Amino acid sequence: MSANKKPEADRRFAKFGTVSFTATTKVNDFIGYLEDGKVAGTKCLTCGAVFFPPRAQCHKCREKAQIEWFQIEGVGKLATYSELKYAPTGFTEDLPYAIAVLDMGGYKLFGRIGDVPLDQVKVGMELAPVPNELPNGQLNYVFNRP
Amino acid sequence: MSKVAIVGVGQSHFVRGYPGSIRELAFEAYAEAMNDAGLVNNQIGASVVCSAPEYDKQRSPAGVIVEHCGLNPQPTFYTESLCCSSTTGLKLAYSLVQSGLHDSVMVLGFQKMSEITSAESQERMGRGSDIQWESPFGTMMPAYYAMFAQGYLDQYGASEEDLALIRVKAGTYGQLNERAVYRKPVELAQCLSADPVASPLKLMDCCANADGSSCVIVASEEKVKQWGVAQPVWIRGLGSASAPVNLALRESFSSFAAATEAGRQAYAMAGIGPGDIDVAEVHDCFTIAEMLAYEDLGFAPRGGGPELIRSKETYKDGSIPVNVDGGLLSKGHPIGATGGSQLRTIVLQLRGQAGDIQVKDPEFGLVHNMGGVGIYGNVVILGR
Repeated sequence: MSANKKPEADRRFAKFGTVSFTATTKVNDFIGYLEDGKVAGTKCLTCGAVFFPPRAQCHKCREKAQIEWFQIEGVGKLATYSELKYAPTGFTEDLPYAIAVLDMGGYKLFGRIGDVPLDQVKVGMELAPVPNELPNGQLNYVFNRP
Repeated sequence: MSKVAIVGVGQSHFVRGYPGSIRELAFEAYAEAMNDAGLVNNQIGASVVCSAPEYDKQRSPAGVIVEHCGLNPQPTFYTESLCCSSTTGLKLAYSLVQSGLHDSVMVLGFQKMSEITSAESQERMGRGSDIQWESPFGTMMPAYYAMFAQGYLDQYGASEEDLALIRVKAGTYGQLNERAVYRKPVELAQCLSADPVASPLKLMDCCANADGSSCVIVASEEKVKQWGVAQPVWIRGLGSASAPVNLALRESFSSFAAATEAGRQAYAMAGIGPGDIDVAEVHDCFTIAEMLAYEDLGFAPRGGGPELIRSKETYKDGSIPVNVDGGLLSKGHPIGATGGSQLRTIVLQLRGQAGDIQVKDPEFGLVHNMGGVGIYGNVVILGR
């Protein structure tokens, strides 16, 4: 009867991680980049700020902000990590795994260790962030040996 | 500026599985604090109820709690800052009294965590961090703190044994605290051989969830005189700060900027320094958290925390006794009640009423209470 259909929400972010707790965000294109095999951040062309996690808004420039995506390339240094022996509800199938922070110089990424055997992980080692498809079809990024 | 005092403190037993509802749990701390202060309800001008939501089915719990404690029609305010909710409540109460809006305010913290499983609780607590960018990787509180432990150990060449020494100290005093969940002595070897939880933290490096409540009553200087409060404990310094939630936005993995900044503010307001503190309660949800607190609060220089615990300077007879009530590692950690419990311990110390754990003649005591993984930091300095 009604022609007033609700516009369809872009819920791509529901695909992020083993379990996503967010569906819709103004940085949903992050998922598009992951699907294209890229890990991407954003920057504000007005002030030069680099954002990871990516943001669609800049608190310095507000309405004057010009936000653009950039592809993250190269290697970073492992700043810290922890190997989990227990997991929260929804993540037990993933055990064992390690969460980590990778310092790219200028910005950091919070994520998971990828192809490095957990007994060989060392703070300071060089790793590269790469997109990753999880067994349940979800997408994230992991830190692999370059 | 006029002064604000703590005139009454109370705390329930911290337990696994409290056999009652949240209003009954909160009542226990309320009743003890009212008895301690020697007050009746119409002398309380307002209340601040503190807890972390997600654990209760009750929405807006302040309403049922003040109803049950007979604190209508006074206004009530609900405040939340994760694990430091009740020291945030203290700051709000101080402001309400200092502004002249109320003469006396009750800070009532509670948490009943036992109605959900430990895994569910880890998932909910984990969601106190960045749910958009961190939680999808499968995070939980022990793993976040473990990342600071790993960062700290690598930065300063400290060992897992240094962290375990903190647990041994907690056990030494936890056995004396009849309101603690964990009351057994702890051996070093037992800590080091405990099951890993999130490397490098093991089971004994982690505090337990608990059900509990705490209550702190503050009043204006005028009311302290009018009521003839025998041993008021004055709020001398208050500091609060925040830090980015996402660890990707942190500068350091061997300190908490929010704790350092909150400490700086509290010392400046009190006009004293770390060397003037006679007894402290710090937020030891994990052993590494106490280690970081030693340095963030200036009890030890950066990298000097391990030496402080190895030389037992943070024991009761050391130069700076820390967590001589057993800390969260022994007491358990009922999120919204924790800060109030820490305040109660320091108030009892300053009054000379701390019993077996009484330190000698303290003049200044400090409370360090953190929310989340160093997201929120509160430091309170109390004095006689």
